[in-house]
Amino acid sequence: MAEMTALARVTRVEGLGMVTIRADLDRAGDAIAGASGLPLPGRVGIVAEGDRALGWMSPDELLLMLPHAELADALTDLREALRGEASLVADVSDMRCVFDLTGEDADQVLAKLSPTDLEMFPPGALRRTRLAQVPAAFWRIPGGFRLIAFRSVEVYLRELLETAAAPGTWLDPR
Amino acid sequence: MLLLTCPHCGIAAEETEFNPGGEAHLKRHGPGASDEDFEGYLFLRHNVKGPVLERWRHSYGCGKWFLAARDSVTLQVYGTYPASLAHPSDEVGDSVRAAHPNWRTQI
Ligand SMILES: [Zn+2]
Repeated sequence: MAEMTALARVTRVEGLGMVTIRADLDRAGDAIAGASGLPLPGRVGIVAEGDRALGWMSPDELLLMLPHAELADALTDLREALRGEASLVADVSDMRCVFDLTGEDADQVLAKLSPTDLEMFPPGALRRTRLAQVPAAFWRIPGGFRLIAFRSVEVYLRELLETAAAPGTWLDPR
Repeated sequence: MLLLTCPHCGIAAEETEFNPGGEAHLKRHGPGASDEDFEGYLFLRHNVKGPVLERWRHSYGCGKWFLAARDSVTLQVYGTYPASLAHPSDEVGDSVRAAHPNWRTQI
């Protein structure tokens, strides 16, 4: 029997700083864009430039992801920019785990786990949803997806992804 | 299986991405209200057979509450609207009345 390969590879991503920003995005959008160095994402969108990304999490919440070394300066800049606004800037780098799911059939892995129509999920979209039993969010990166979920479910999520990507479990009719 | 569209993020997903929160538009009466009013707020529900107005939360998504009109018999979803509205939007109301011409909200 020919050797079968997995549908996708699961890689843990380390060293990302993450900042939750909560504010009235209509009022404070320009200030956040200025301080984070990224344009504000639209509803259910994510903008990525260089090694920074800014994702839309809810009508009053954004998530900034950046190299951990740049975290302290970013927190200072954002707090300064939002001075006087009813807002929150919090270092949540230890709150979530990050995985990259890459490979030709990464879409099929997520299709098994999430109620998301991946045919209608373009690059630049961010989807908060569930993966089997746990909340998660994901977006497209070159070659697949980046996923974030709460760190407390990291082991569950890794096993879930690896099981859903097991060789020979394609969704295509045989 | 219900397909609900969250009015906050515009995502249409099936019901397992959401959590139900019971009947919508309950009125909590003010200080000095009677025991009967408080009992009604806590316990008494319309539980109609047909169009119902309900609270839902996009619990796996943006986390926000919203309201939905759906049919407890056919499971048809007539529409969703922000929880900040005191009544269903005109669009949702029209959608319900297309199936139930004499429908009036229980609010
Ligand atoms: Zn939502």
